[in-house]
Amino acid sequence: MRPALLRQVAIFVAVFVALELLAVAGEKSFLLTQVTMSAYYTLVVLGLSLLMGYAGQISLGQAGFFALGGYTSAVLTTWDLAAQRSVGWVAGAARVGLLTSRTDAFGAQVLTVHPWPALACALLLTMTVAFVVGIPVLKLKGHYLAMATLGLGTIVYSIAVGTARLGAADGISGVPPFPLLPGIGVGGSMGGRIVNYYVACGILAAVMLLLLNLVHSRVGRALRAIHGAEDAASAMGVDTAHFKVRTFVLGAALAGLAGVLLTHFNGAIGPSEASIMKSVKYLAIVAVGGMGSLWGTLAASMVLNFLSLRGYFGTLDDAVFGAILIAVMLFAPQGILAIDLRRALRILRPARGAPAEPR
Amino acid sequence: MSLAFFIQYLVAGITYGTIYAVVGMGFNIIYNTTGIINFAQGEFVMLGGMVAVSLHHHLPLPAAIAGAVLVTMAVGALIELIFIHWLSKPTVLRMIIVTIGISILIREAALLVWGHDVRVLPYFTGNEISAISLGGALISPQVIWVVAVCAVMVLLTTAFFQWTMLGRQMRACASNRVGAAVCGLPIRNLVTLSFALSAGMGALAGCVVCPITYTQYGMGTGLAIKGFTVAILGGLGNSLGAVAAGLLLGVVESFTVSALPAAYKDTISIAILLGVLFVRPSGLFGSRAATRA
Amino acid sequence: MTKAMTASLALLASALLAPHALAEDTIKVGAILAVTGPASFLGSPEAKTLEMMVADINAKGGIGGKKVVLIIKDSGASSEKAISFAKQLIEEEKVLAIIGPSTSGETMAIKALAEESKTPLLSCAAAEVIVNPVASYVFKTPQKDSQAVIRIFQQMKKMGISKIGVLSSNTGFGKAGKDQIEKLAAEHGIQIVVSEVYDSKATDLTAEVTKIKAANVQAIVNWSIEPAQAIVIKNARQLGLTIPIFQSHGFGNIGYVKAAGVAAEGVIFPAGRLLIADQLPASNPQKKVLVSYKNEYEARYKEDVSTFGGHAYDAMLLLSDAVKKGGTDRAKVRAELEGLKGVVGTAGIFNMSATDHNGLGLDAFEMLTVKDGRFVPLAQ
Repeated sequence: MRPALLRQVAIFVAVFVALELLAVAGEKSFLLTQVTMSAYYTLVVLGLSLLMGYAGQISLGQAGFFALGGYTSAVLTTWDLAAQRSVGWVAGAARVGLLTSRTDAFGAQVLTVHPWPALACALLLTMTVAFVVGIPVLKLKGHYLAMATLGLGTIVYSIAVGTARLGAADGISGVPPFPLLPGIGVGGSMGGRIVNYYVACGILAAVMLLLLNLVHSRVGRALRAIHGAEDAASAMGVDTAHFKVRTFVLGAALAGLAGVLLTHFNGAIGPSEASIMKSVKYLAIVAVGGMGSLWGTLAASMVLNFLSLRGYFGTLDDAVFGAILIAVMLFAPQGILAIDLRRALRILRPARGAPAEPR
Repeated sequence: MSLAFFIQYLVAGITYGTIYAVVGMGFNIIYNTTGIINFAQGEFVMLGGMVAVSLHHHLPLPAAIAGAVLVTMAVGALIELIFIHWLSKPTVLRMIIVTIGISILIREAALLVWGHDVRVLPYFTGNEISAISLGGALISPQVIWVVAVCAVMVLLTTAFFQWTMLGRQMRACASNRVGAAVCGLPIRNLVTLSFALSAGMGALAGCVVCPITYTQYGMGTGLAIKGFTVAILGGLGNSLGAVAAGLLLGVVESFTVSALPAAYKDTISIAILLGVLFVRPSGLFGSRAATRA
Repeated sequence: MTKAMTASLALLASALLAPHALAEDTIKVGAILAVTGPASFLGSPEAKTLEMMVADINAKGGIGGKKVVLIIKDSGASSEKAISFAKQLIEEEKVLAIIGPSTSGETMAIKALAEESKTPLLSCAAAEVIVNPVASYVFKTPQKDSQAVIRIFQQMKKMGISKIGVLSSNTGFGKAGKDQIEKLAAEHGIQIVVSEVYDSKATDLTAEVTKIKAANVQAIVNWSIEPAQAIVIKNARQLGLTIPIFQSHGFGNIGYVKAAGVAAEGVIFPAGRLLIADQLPASNPQKKVLVSYKNEYEARYKEDVSTFGGHAYDAMLLLSDAVKKGGTDRAKVRAELEGLKGVVGTAGIFNMSATDHNGLGLDAFEMLTVKDGRFVPLAQ
């Protein structure tokens, strides 16, 4: 693990600690809720950034993976098996600790799957779907790929909305907190706000470390080669299909993980999390942050999600993201932070003597 | 299932299918000229219907429709001029993202201008409950109109791209942009024209399906997804293919409803799209030369 | 990395350090409504209604001398935004109560939150589960779906109908109605021969209606609120079905009648009396409230009034009554809300109790039909 990367992540953690202390001091700790939610959404976007920036593959289906993870966990942890307590496999699972008996929000005793095995199932499902679908899908290019991933997202959405067990249009509510460690749980109660903030920050830092390491390794170089010139990379012996699928699955896993954690934090999930508009918003954030720039994407995601979740854009929320998409793609396709301000400002100054630099 | 019901499901499928086909064909003009799929095509369909309804308050129906088509063509050309015209390197990825952004903006603008109410044009012939009997099944006369408009569009676009100079120039643009520029073709103007034509086709489609489907500020997205499912299924750029694919998809959806819970109708059609993309992305009727990794 | 960090740090810090407006002597009311997005025909009239009412209240000097400050958040019908806004309104803005959300899914997502934080929640969504099981701080103003269904079944009995086909949309509203229909059918002597769910964005429903036609039923019940409810009746008549068609109370918007044209004639549905306000006899206790709401809304916003906006009207009405009696303490307001009796609203006359946090009975509905393109009471 390179020390430079560790240093970057350490700075990031320090910044987050500072924000928290600032918020508490200013008696604004309630703002940390939206920062926590933004942190989880950032996991989704980081996966997309890797896929688009490094492997050069567009995906309009990230929201679908988020929903796969979130819904799986939500269903498993709210499906009351108390009535089947005596049935063989239920009793066995309960004995092994896979099932847990708890009181739900309305005081009834229910027997549901424990959040940890639910998380495992959610990740397994998300990664399997990504793998199975990724192999044929990633052979496509350009708008065919976009259409295929769009189709994937649409299928997840229509299944979520059309299935009674998944709550149909109402989604699933009453999802219990996720017990990370004894005493520390990912949940929405007001008292646990600061703990949840640090949990989210910690997970985000760990994921950043993982991804930064990946990007600066052989794998990262292979991915960049694929993005730059796929045929040349293939001729050089890089197994392009293998790397693209792996990146796709990693992105899906991150989105699924975010789905699980955020669902437990919110205590509910609805089909809106699987909608195409959500996938488009993730795309807009990656575009702003710069495809492939992990820190840029993180910054863009934290800011944009924070503002959106606080209703800063009001009724124009969708329009703002649409405008961002267009503006960034037209004027700054490398991302907003890649705009070299000094160069841009130099052009505004009246030319004196020396000819203008070739653009 | 009795014969009468079989024919009724078939007719229902044709109703869906022609709506999808007429929307799907709109993609082909821009695709044939620039090689990109315009994700905002659905919004042109929506605009056509909305503008026609607004104009109909002051003008008779045919004039309102003609006006709607012209206004939408102007909007299409304007969009191209503002957002795309001056780009030096319109890569596919960039264009996909830009057109997605444009579709969102048009939708929000429509919400601002017309609100969220549902609007409807009167049936061209007959009214909301009139039906023609067809071998024991009943079909709305408006569906016949949609089929007719479909047929006219197929004829015009095929003739345009195969036999007119302008059409061939536009195909040259998509085939080899640099080469076409070297040959002295006014690339940028041809692209603007293609947007205007696609918008016009979309608007016409929107007007003719409006009595059946109604129009509302948000209807563009759903129709667009079905539209390009059909365009891809039929082979991008192939108008006749789009019609055939549309009818096929519509009929499959209709019979799916007869056998399975209707809730999964859309899931089935997207699954078909994915299946086709995996096995034969050039579509059922497209040439194999289409993009493959 | 430095650029990214600096930029985001600057923005976040400015949000954290921004001075927060001190609450003067005002009554803060929060509202989470789906003003844009897939449920905008719910949230948009609700938001307009609330703004109108608050302007009126403040023009008269506020409640108990204090002005009302309304904070509307547009959730776009997404539950994660509803949760985020609920936390924001409760912890940050410290609102007295929250009106909304517009959809059942969002309400269920924040029900536990409202209860835990002891903030009165007056939902404008219709699902039974919002008030059953009863949570002490959670109320709802729309009529019960179950009672709409019972009124329909009662009408069917009068017409000698026992075999029906059910069509519903894949939205929360459609699902809620379908659930109630399936639950209550047997005890009212109704047999559901076929039941289909369609996509709310469907542009044509001929195949679905054909399936119903093939089942040889005596009547169709359609439960949805989007344009599809007008498309269904059109397709049914086009297919030559002359059997009675029943709609949900979601049909209560004249725009859909206009859209369906001739096909809407004779459709029967239960609705609040707002739609026939002008036709009510002068002795009707709701007439005054309904006519004044209708006239003021239509004059101010130049669009037809809808029963959905009425749910927000009722919520604000109940809240302001409770505040007049109980002051600005959340617990006292809750207690007053629970004790309200005989409040005349747009959806009916409210009689709240500890076990009934909706307060409306079967008589909140009137059976209406469409004649010559207008809503009229159904001849009994």
